[in-house]
Amino acid sequence: MRDILDQLEQRRAQARLGGGQARIDRQHKNGKLTARERLDVLLDPDSFEEYDMFVAHRAVDFGMEKQKYPGDGVITGWGTINGRQVYVFSQDFTVLGGSLSETHAQKICKIMDMAMQNGAPVIGLNDSGGARIQEGVASLAGYAEVFQRNIEASGVIPQISVIMGPCAGGAVYSPAMTDFIFMVRDSSYMFVTGPDVVKTVTNETVTAEELGGASTHTAKSSVADAAYENDVETLAEVRRLVDLLPLSNREKPPVRPSFDDANRIDDSLDTLIPDNANTPYDMKELITKLADEGDFFEIQEAYAKNILTGFIRLEGRTVGVVANQPLVLAGCLDIAASRKAARFVRFCDCFGIPLLTLVDVPGFLPGTSQEWNGVIKHGAKLLFAYGEATVPKVTVITRKAYGGAYDVMASKHIKADVNYAWPTAEIAVMGAKGAVEIIYRNELGDPDKIAERTADYEEAFANPFKAAEKGFIDEVILPHSTRRRVSRAFASLRNKKQALPWKKHDNIPL
Amino acid sequence: MFKKILIANRGEIACRVIKTARKMGIATVAVYSDADRDALHVQMADEAVHIGPPPANQSYIVIDKIMDAIKQTGAEAVHPGYGFLSERAEFAEALSAAGVAFIGPPVGAIEAMGDKITSKKLAAEAGVSTVPGYMGLIDDADHAAEIAAQVGYPVMIKASAGGGGKGMRIAWNDDEAREGFALSKSEAANSFGDDRIFIEKFVTQPRHIEIQVLGDKHGNCIYLGERECSIQRRNQKVIEEAPSPFLDEATRKAMGEQSVALAQAVDYCSAGTVEFIVDGDRNFYFLEMNTRLQVEHPVTELITGVDLVEQMIRVAYGEHLAIKQDDVKLDGWAMESRLYAEDPFRNFLPSIGRLTRYRPPVEIERRVRNDTGVYEGGEISRFYDPMIAKLCSWGPTRADAIEEMRGALDRFEVDGIGHNLPFLSAVMDHPRFVSGNITTAFIEEEYPDGFEGAALSDADATRLFAVAAACQLVRQRRGAQVSGAMEGREFKPGADWVVQMNGDSHAVRVTDAGDWLFDVAFGDTVLKIDLTKWRPGNVMIDAVVDGVAMPLKASRITDGYKMAWRGAARKVFVRSPRVAELAALMPEKLPPDTSKLLLCPMPGLVMSIAVEEGDEVQEGQALCTVEAMKMENVLRAERKGIVSSIKAAAGDSLAVDAVIMEFE
Repeated sequence: MRDILDQLEQRRAQARLGGGQARIDRQHKNGKLTARERLDVLLDPDSFEEYDMFVAHRAVDFGMEKQKYPGDGVITGWGTINGRQVYVFSQDFTVLGGSLSETHAQKICKIMDMAMQNGAPVIGLNDSGGARIQEGVASLAGYAEVFQRNIEASGVIPQISVIMGPCAGGAVYSPAMTDFIFMVRDSSYMFVTGPDVVKTVTNETVTAEELGGASTHTAKSSVADAAYENDVETLAEVRRLVDLLPLSNREKPPVRPSFDDANRIDDSLDTLIPDNANTPYDMKELITKLADEGDFFEIQEAYAKNILTGFIRLEGRTVGVVANQPLVLAGCLDIAASRKAARFVRFCDCFGIPLLTLVDVPGFLPGTSQEWNGVIKHGAKLLFAYGEATVPKVTVITRKAYGGAYDVMASKHIKADVNYAWPTAEIAVMGAKGAVEIIYRNELGDPDKIAERTADYEEAFANPFKAAEKGFIDEVILPHSTRRRVSRAFASLRNKKQALPWKKHDNIPL
Repeated sequence: MFKKILIANRGEIACRVIKTARKMGIATVAVYSDADRDALHVQMADEAVHIGPPPANQSYIVIDKIMDAIKQTGAEAVHPGYGFLSERAEFAEALSAAGVAFIGPPVGAIEAMGDKITSKKLAAEAGVSTVPGYMGLIDDADHAAEIAAQVGYPVMIKASAGGGGKGMRIAWNDDEAREGFALSKSEAANSFGDDRIFIEKFVTQPRHIEIQVLGDKHGNCIYLGERECSIQRRNQKVIEEAPSPFLDEATRKAMGEQSVALAQAVDYCSAGTVEFIVDGDRNFYFLEMNTRLQVEHPVTELITGVDLVEQMIRVAYGEHLAIKQDDVKLDGWAMESRLYAEDPFRNFLPSIGRLTRYRPPVEIERRVRNDTGVYEGGEISRFYDPMIAKLCSWGPTRADAIEEMRGALDRFEVDGIGHNLPFLSAVMDHPRFVSGNITTAFIEEEYPDGFEGAALSDADATRLFAVAAACQLVRQRRGAQVSGAMEGREFKPGADWVVQMNGDSHAVRVTDAGDWLFDVAFGDTVLKIDLTKWRPGNVMIDAVVDGVAMPLKASRITDGYKMAWRGAARKVFVRSPRVAELAALMPEKLPPDTSKLLLCPMPGLVMSIAVEEGDEVQEGQALCTVEAMKMENVLRAERKGIVSSIKAAAGDSLAVDAVIMEFE
């Protein structure tokens, strides 16, 4: 009897060794952890429950029958992050380059099905050379099985992809459909076609890093949401993100004790808005001063920096923040900013995360490149996302709220619940100068008159009171009390219920 | 007594004067430029008058504007502070013509001491020890060499009208004297429009020690001991103390009496300072007399108990000095650290911007004093002096004053701008500074390659680790209290942790002793950590380690903290033993090689280029301003370098990623 029990331990030990010590050493030499080591960092100690440790592929072509490894290049199961359940898969690059076989895919699908059924997020650690070519279409089928589950799980459970090595070809489309993609700098890349194919087809010479490295995808393509220095830091940040998210759309966002007084006053906010309307300021200062303990988990920090998106906590509860950033492009909306913010708003709405919108927007960015690339439809994405979101929505206008961009940025008219403005707010169709030049076009030759008209327009609109008179602003608040007011607003909305008309699904302008 | 005074200044000194005036029941009037509309001195004063645009030459030093403000408010007297109009005889004259009291010395004294050659002659006549040298006109370079040889090498060749090191040269032989004369003369002509040059002996191992004098309009004059201001960087004082660790009673008395003699020679009334240079043998030589309140006056106040501003006001009103020389007793030791908006890690490059965080240490009567003119959320403007506060400490001994200063610096929170707090902390811990063996070359000699942060002893690092570990346990436990955990399978952070810094790892065991007290064990050594004053989210971790306060500043990073203490900043990671083991496998990454190009980050219009080809620029230095969406964006150097070529000019309209300049 003892022997039989020991045999299990032997088999387990063999499975744990993946592709063998030499490959493990090579993985380390490349600055990467092994699939199992990564789970040790990601999950609470001793919480990992592994499934399908002994699954093996069934291929017999090209000598594959001689290359069998228990587990078949992916480790699957569930564990906890701060005691909360998550399902995980971690591709093992030491086993056949982490390539995806039919059985490898089946293992992933199994835990995804369980995650959906049991209401827990899926976190995928990707480190795979791609399809297992020896298996042909069986491998492609495996990808598609995963894709279909990504699609069905979207909006039901949070899905997080961590790219920790290669992720190329068809493999990229599974992460692409998850909620967040994190990358590791210098050791991960993602592309549909690699540098060799690019060279053959288009004659472009490009390195893997330039084509699909972490900086490309965080700053240029916006495919990735964040990148970190190494495996350990990346996984620690994933833990930090999971702490902010509900386990599924059936649950409320998590709450944890906060050491920060919700009534905390911050007098320095009274001087945040510079005297000169054309001087920028850092909206991140407002976010960190509003947030519990100054903690802001930023999403897509390197992309479309004219808008900020990310998570904070208020009274220990997760809040999604969207904020114009006057430091970059004056905080205007453009194609990139609209797409970035729209996706974030929709994520929050899927999972019941309340939305805080901080507005200082001079309008949409003009120009041919914007118009020709479809700013109309892309800008509409953000408008659509806000308008369809039924989570609690609180808006604070700090300075400019001009033109159509005012409407877009969670205005009262698209069902924001509580709309605040600072006394420095200017809610108008456009800046005073531009407005006067249109209204009083026939007086343009008379600078004195124009100056007077400009002053009149400023008097009328360079404040929040016109909008407050109409009830578009619920209350004008002092900057120093923003945290207290916003916290109270969200507290009042905790039991918000809003139904939208029945539909199969909407038709957001993609 | 005056009913109302106007303070013709800004910043900390205006606030300082207002405090005393308020204490004396005198109403105050502040003046302000556009840049100071929301400044602290404006908020503190009873009345405030706007006097023009930000540049001082269009506001604070325009005599007519100050005179208008006086008329408008009916102020009876004016305190000029330091700098600006404080040593301008015309201003004192204008006040006297208008029948307004000047809280400062008579016009004659200002004029006499305003010129280096005149003041030196007067000093010599009054029996004040002066540096051997030649005061007459120097014909040419050969004449200069001849004089230099007579005075004895090394000599200093200086512009008569000079200041701040301009037009100043040291010569060790005839050739250098000839060359130095020519260079100083042309520099003086260019900088001051006055090419008069004088030559004097160059003092070796020099210390800057100055005597505070105080006189009234009735011929009484006393001295209030000395201040040592040897810790200077490029002639800018950084740390001052009183008394000097170098003077003996006899030298002090001699210097004091000579200073009083000089003051009386020019009928001095009010507070003034006679500056001396003192060599390694305690020979002292007169440098100049400052006919105003000195920046570093608080250290004198702390050891004498005399409020100098109050005395200045009383004397200006015509009162007799109530203090006799015999009443002046020096009690204990005082230190002053000047907090500058200058980044020591970027070669002390001035930094401007918004003070996103400004929390000075709590002031304690006669122990910690902070003279400041700013507040959290305020703006450090490019128009004025980069000094934002003067932090002073007092203790019965020099060592006590230094220790008090260390703690106060550690508790000072400043963010949003670059500042020299770490440098000040490092000097307070520097063995040579602590020994008192300092000269005006201290900073040059001890930090020849600039400042890169203070070292951290192993014992202190261990204390830092222990605090980090205790904080991490608190955070981890709180993290585990998140809602939604599997019931009965909650995560319970363990007691064993590994602290990692710069690749070193130390195993620790953290035990919660209750009420925010923790025992942190490194093997057999146990440190007791008291975190009662800390909560997660606080930047300031005012910890107590084994009964000794260890106030440190920390910002959260992944798996740890960036901790700053005593001028040292370190990234400290606290990880579970398993994660620490894996973290040790991670490759060390060199900082990314930033491109040698400055690219336009957005489509926009170049407003101005702030550098020229061939300029050496420091990290963070402003290179050019680009306007986009009607906003001015200042582009800064990402690292130190030399501008090799400039590809854009003011007025150019640039596309995104257009090259603005290249670096070598």
